[in-house]
Amino acid sequence: MGGNWSWDFTLQILPRLIEATGYTLLAALIGYLIAMVLGLVLALAQRTPWRVLTLIAREFVEFIRSTPLILQIFFVFYVAPQFGVRLSPWTAGMIAIGLHYAAYLSEVYRGGLESVEKGQWEAATSLNLGTAHCYRRIILPQALPNCIPGMGNYLVGILKDTPMLSVIGVAELMHTANAIGTETYRFLEPFTLVGLIFLCISLPLAELVRRAETRLRRKLGLVK
Amino acid sequence: MKQELTGYPLTLDGPDRPMIRFADVSKSYGDLQVLDRLNLDVAEGEMVTIIGPSGSGKTTVLRMLMTLETIDEGVIYVDGNPLTHMPKGDLLVPADRRHLRRERANIGMCFQHFNLFPHMTALENCTEGPIHVLGLSRDAARERAEELLEMVGLIDKRDEYPARLSGGQKQRVAIARALAMRPKVMLFDEVTSALDPEVTGEVTEVIRKLVGKHNLTMLMVTHQMGFARDISDRICFFHNGRIEEQGPPSELFGNPQSERTQQFLSAVNEAI
Repeated sequence: MGGNWSWDFTLQILPRLIEATGYTLLAALIGYLIAMVLGLVLALAQRTPWRVLTLIAREFVEFIRSTPLILQIFFVFYVAPQFGVRLSPWTAGMIAIGLHYAAYLSEVYRGGLESVEKGQWEAATSLNLGTAHCYRRIILPQALPNCIPGMGNYLVGILKDTPMLSVIGVAELMHTANAIGTETYRFLEPFTLVGLIFLCISLPLAELVRRAETRLRRKLGLVK
Repeated sequence: MKQELTGYPLTLDGPDRPMIRFADVSKSYGDLQVLDRLNLDVAEGEMVTIIGPSGSGKTTVLRMLMTLETIDEGVIYVDGNPLTHMPKGDLLVPADRRHLRRERANIGMCFQHFNLFPHMTALENCTEGPIHVLGLSRDAARERAEELLEMVGLIDKRDEYPARLSGGQKQRVAIARALAMRPKVMLFDEVTSALDPEVTGEVTEVIRKLVGKHNLTMLMVTHQMGFARDISDRICFFHNGRIEEQGPPSELFGNPQSERTQQFLSAVNEAI
């Protein structure tokens, strides 16, 4: 095979890879949305006065963080049907990476929430604001800008972890490149393109996150 | 604060009932007893200042009134009703969240470190509570907030974020924010301690303006003896979680009876 790069072949497979890129982005995005919402729930659950809830959330986060993502993907896809839940590879895949990253994001949120001064709670109490209102209007708006750098890291992380979904047959980028390779016996071009595509997405994404943080801080009047 | 209490009235009635009453209130953090069976009445419209060495429980008194700290023993009454407890039959039981929420509406507080909401403008800081807790319309809340910002001399800063205000200005906004909730009792917890000496005056001037207005009852913790002497109806000197001595400023500063009070005041005078 050697290192002979074929531009014709590259152009020929590019449309298929770009289509798969769309699916990859979609999987990452939906997985990330699940993670954002569930992560917040997990973080807030650990701050309630109910010990049992706190313990369950804490243990769930620890469990997820101490086991490999690939195991969780297999688990959701192959084990869930035994409990009567039949999921397509797509659904199972997005739930698995959503759960996985929810655990990591909950730690980011937790740090952000803890970074808000205790005095803010005391001021809210002195104004008689309720707990839910206080979170929504006082605490979260101050915590979120501090979360954005960490959240951005995991956004890039979730994107880079989507190839793991290929193990259960989700036709994302890596899976497609591999399929092209096995069909044509040419692996150089598809895998190189996959690398370049990831690079082209990850680098601007990191920059975008940086800008989002600055913008959010300015919008909330938190620029020093 | 687990036990049901007997022997305390369910409400305080009568023409001479105090606005605030601490009845046998004790509080410990672990082995450290911060307050030891405190009894203190503050009349409606009265301005009482608490002074004393650090660690004597001064700030804890205010924080318990604002329900930021629980108490171990005793009862606190505000405006005739128990604050830390609620009536159940003819007993007093520890207050639940609803009771605290209702009774705490009588009380406003200003903090040493202002605790303004940094993501809200001065005006928004002052309208958040009135809109969302008191249920005022946006316009009514805005009008009330502007009136108060005018009163503290910061109407031209209404759209500034706290990060762009000086310490003295922040504290004045914080006073306006607390007053916007129309409390009957205002608590001032070392409100000038975090300020540069040259701007404490702008804050004390605002507090001075409040004396005798709207029948507001005020309880203040401060290290500024001159200000306390000028403004207070009564001074309480705290030592080791108890009121060591109390009286009108002229008596307490002019002719302190207790040896500890004398020591404290001479130490403070030397520091100046």
